[in-house]
Amino acid sequence: MSFLAKYIGQKVRRTEDPRLIQGIGHYVDDIKLADTLHVVILRSTHAHAKINSIDLEAAKSSPGVVAVYTGKDVEGRVGFVPCAAALPDLKVPKYPVLAQGKVIFVGQPVAAIVATDKYKARDAADLIDIDYDPLDVVTDPEAAVQADSSVIHEEFGTNIAFHHSAGTGDIEAAFKQADRIVSEKLYHQRLAPVALEPRGVLAHYLPGEQQMTLWSSTQIPHLMRTQVALMLGINENRLRVIAPEVGGGFGSKLNVYAEEALLGWISMQLKKPVKWIESRRENMTSTIHGRSQSGTVEMAVKNDGTLLGLKYQVIADMGAYLQLLTPAIPTLTGLMLSGCYKIPAISMQCTGVFTNRMSTDAYRGAGRPEATYLVERIMDCVALELKMDPVELRRKNFPKPEEFPFATATGLFYDSGDYEKSLARALEMSDYQKLRAEQSEARKQGRYLGIGVSTYVEICAMGPSIALPAGGWESATVRVEPTGKVTVMTGISPHGQGEETSFAQIVGDMLGVDMDDVLVIHGDTSIVQYGIGTFGSRGLAVGGAALACALDKVVAKARKLAAHILQTDESSLTFENGRFVGAPNDSSITIQEIAQAAHTAHNIPPDFEPGLVATHFFEPKNFTFPFGSHLRGRGRQGDRRGQGASIYRR
Amino acid sequence: MRISISINGVKHDADVEPRLLLVHFIRDLAGLTGTHIGCETSICGACTVLMDGKPVKCCAILAVQADGSEITTIEGLADEGRLHPIQEGFWECHGLQCGYCTPGMIMSAYGLLQENPDPTEDEIRHGLEGNLCRCTGYQHIVDAVRHASRQMAAKAVKAG
Ligand code: FES
Ligand code: FES
Repeated sequence: MSFLAKYIGQKVRRTEDPRLIQGIGHYVDDIKLADTLHVVILRSTHAHAKINSIDLEAAKSSPGVVAVYTGKDVEGRVGFVPCAAALPDLKVPKYPVLAQGKVIFVGQPVAAIVATDKYKARDAADLIDIDYDPLDVVTDPEAAVQADSSVIHEEFGTNIAFHHSAGTGDIEAAFKQADRIVSEKLYHQRLAPVALEPRGVLAHYLPGEQQMTLWSSTQIPHLMRTQVALMLGINENRLRVIAPEVGGGFGSKLNVYAEEALLGWISMQLKKPVKWIESRRENMTSTIHGRSQSGTVEMAVKNDGTLLGLKYQVIADMGAYLQLLTPAIPTLTGLMLSGCYKIPAISMQCTGVFTNRMSTDAYRGAGRPEATYLVERIMDCVALELKMDPVELRRKNFPKPEEFPFATATGLFYDSGDYEKSLARALEMSDYQKLRAEQSEARKQGRYLGIGVSTYVEICAMGPSIALPAGGWESATVRVEPTGKVTVMTGISPHGQGEETSFAQIVGDMLGVDMDDVLVIHGDTSIVQYGIGTFGSRGLAVGGAALACALDKVVAKARKLAAHILQTDESSLTFENGRFVGAPNDSSITIQEIAQAAHTAHNIPPDFEPGLVATHFFEPKNFTFPFGSHLRGRGRQGDRRGQGASIYRR
Repeated sequence: MRISISINGVKHDADVEPRLLLVHFIRDLAGLTGTHIGCETSICGACTVLMDGKPVKCCAILAVQADGSEITTIEGLADEGRLHPIQEGFWECHGLQCGYCTPGMIMSAYGLLQENPDPTEDEIRHGLEGNLCRCTGYQHIVDAVRHASRQMAAKAVKAG
C-alpha cells in the first residue's frame, strides 16, 4: 500500500480538545443518573489495629441514609481484590473490599455509607463509632524483615512476600576480576501518583436485564470487567465497564480496586445507581503509591573504566496488600539493570516485603525509572572513583550501533539504538567542554557549578504477551460504514494521550479519508472488542500497530471488490489517496464507493462477504527501547538556562 | 437559605443549606459539570470560576457567600459558539492532555490576562501557580496563554 502522509507527522489540532476546553466532556462525576445514591467510605485511621466493634446505630438512623455496610456484609459475597502478578512462591494475602476484623493500613475501607446525597452520607460516616485495638506498626521496609518485627499477615508468619533473582553472567567471577568495586546505598522514596481527577465509580445494576454498567476512572476497562465480574460472581458479558473521560492515570488507574467491586455489589443490593467519588485525601491514602525501594548497588570495574558486573540487592516495599501488579514492579527494575551499557554479568536479589502502608504498584515508568536512577548514579560514583569524566565512562561502555539487536545480561534484546549519537548531540547543544571549563574556573573562585549528565534507555510498548499477566497484545476494529465514514474501535483506553487524534491520522492516511470522517471509540466494553488498555507506553506502539493491521485487512478486502467492480485483476490496482486506480480502462473507484457497494451487496463476487469491517489482534514480538540523554549545568545562582539539553529518540 | 446566583447569565434560585459549597451548587444544582473538583481544599485550582469577574476557587466558597453574584464558568466563555481566544490558545498550543485541569487553567488565565494583557513567561507561570496540572509539564500551557494574549491584542487593535 502506498499513501501520502497528509496527517501523520503533521501538526493537527486534537480531536478531543473542543469538548475539553469548553468543559462539556464527561468524567465519571459528570455523569448523572436519576435516583443515584451516594456512597461515602469510612476508612481506617490506624496503620495496624484490631477492630473490636463497630457501632452503626446512629449512622443508620441518620437522615437520608439508605444502608450501611461493613466487612461482615460482604464476607463470602464479594471476592478479594485481585493480584495478577505471578512470581514463584509469592504470598498473596486475602484482600477484602471492606476490612474484616482488622485493618493493616491507614485508609483501608472499613464501612460504606449509602445515602440520598453525599453530604448526608458524610454526616452519617461521622456517627460511626469504631473501637480499635492498635497493634505494632511496621512502616520501614528494612525493619519489616527483622526477626523482631511484628508480622502483618499472621498466616504467613513473616513479612516477606517473595524473593526474586534476576540476571545472568558469572557475577562472582566478574567481582573477582575487578580492579575496583564501587557501591552505593540508594533509596527510591515512596510517592503518591495524584492524577488530577481522583478515582470514581458509578454502578448501575438493572435486575430485569441482569446487567450492570460500571463507569470507572480507569486505564483498563476490559481487564476490570473480567476481574470485577469474578469478584461479584456475575457473568463477564453481563457487566459493561465504561471508562469515560479519565483525568489522568499515571499507572494509578491501572488497577482493580476494592471500591469498583463494592459499588457494583451495593448497586445489586439496592437496585439503584450508586456513586462514589474519591476525595483527594482518600486518593493519597487509598490509591496505590509508587517506588519505595531501598537497595545497594555495586559495580565491578577495571581501572580503565570497563564495566564487568553489577549487583543490586534490594528490599521492595509492597505495602499492606498486593494490588493488581504490585510484586511485578521491582521485576521491571531487574530487567533494566543494564541501562545503556555493556555489563557482562548482572545479578539482582530482590526481597518483597509487606508494610503497614498502602500498596505500591505501577507509577510513571513503574520500576524502570528506579533502574535508570540506580544505574546512572552508580556510573557517576564509578567515574568519581576512577577520576574519569562521567561522559567518557559512559561512552566507553555503550554498545555500538552495529551491536544491535543488543542482548543484555538481564535477558532483553534492545532492538536498536545509537547512544553515542544522542549523547554527542546533548554535549554539543550544552557546549560541554565550555561548561567544564567554567566549572573549574568557578571552583578556583570558591563557587560550585554542578554538571549532571545521564543517558537512559527505557523498555516500552508493553509488551509481548509472555511478559504480562493478562497478555500484551492489543486489538483494533475498523468499520467502514455504508456512507464511507470510518469507525475505529480500539482496545486501548487513552486518558490524555490523544489517540482519538493520532488514530484518526493513521486512518486518514492509510485509507485516504478525511480525518473528520473518522470516529475513534474506546473505553466501553460493550462496544469495543476485548483489549488490554493504556499503560507502559503501549497505546500507539501496540494499539496503533493493531490499527494499521486492521486497516491493511480492510484495504485488502476493498481491493477484491474494487477489482470485481472495475473488472480487472486485483494485482493491477493501486490504492492511492482513498482511490483504487490502475484499471486498464482507466476507471477508478473510491473507498467510499466500495463501502457502499459492500453494504448494498448487489454487485459483489460470489465468495465476497458483505460489509467492510476488519478486526486485528496484534501481538508484538518484542518491546521497544527508546533512549536519550540529559545534560545540565547548575550553579548556586540557579539554572544555567540554555546550557541544558535533552535528547530523546522514541 | 434562599439564594440567587447568576451563572453564565442564567439566574438560579435555590433553597440551600448554609454549608453547601459553591462548586456543588454549580455542578449539582445548576448542572454545569465543566467546573472540576481536584482537591476540595483550594490547592489545585481545577474548580476556578469567575465570581463578579474575578477568578476564585469555588470549592472554598460557600454557595451562600455567592448570593447575588455573577458567576462565569468554562461553559460560559465561548461567545455564541465561537471559542474564546484562551480556549483557542489551549487547542492550538496543545495546552492540555487529559483536560481535567483545563477549565480551571483557562479561567485563571482569563483573570490573569484581564489584569495583565501582555504577560511575560515568568508572569504567566506566577499568575497560574494556583493551578496544578499533572499531565503537561506546563510549558504548553504557558505557550497557550502567550498565544491567547497575542490574539486578544490583535483583536483589540482591530476593534479599536
Ligand atoms: S478543587 Fe478547588 S482548588 Fe482544587
Ligand atoms: S491536562 Fe491532565 S491535569 Fe492538566
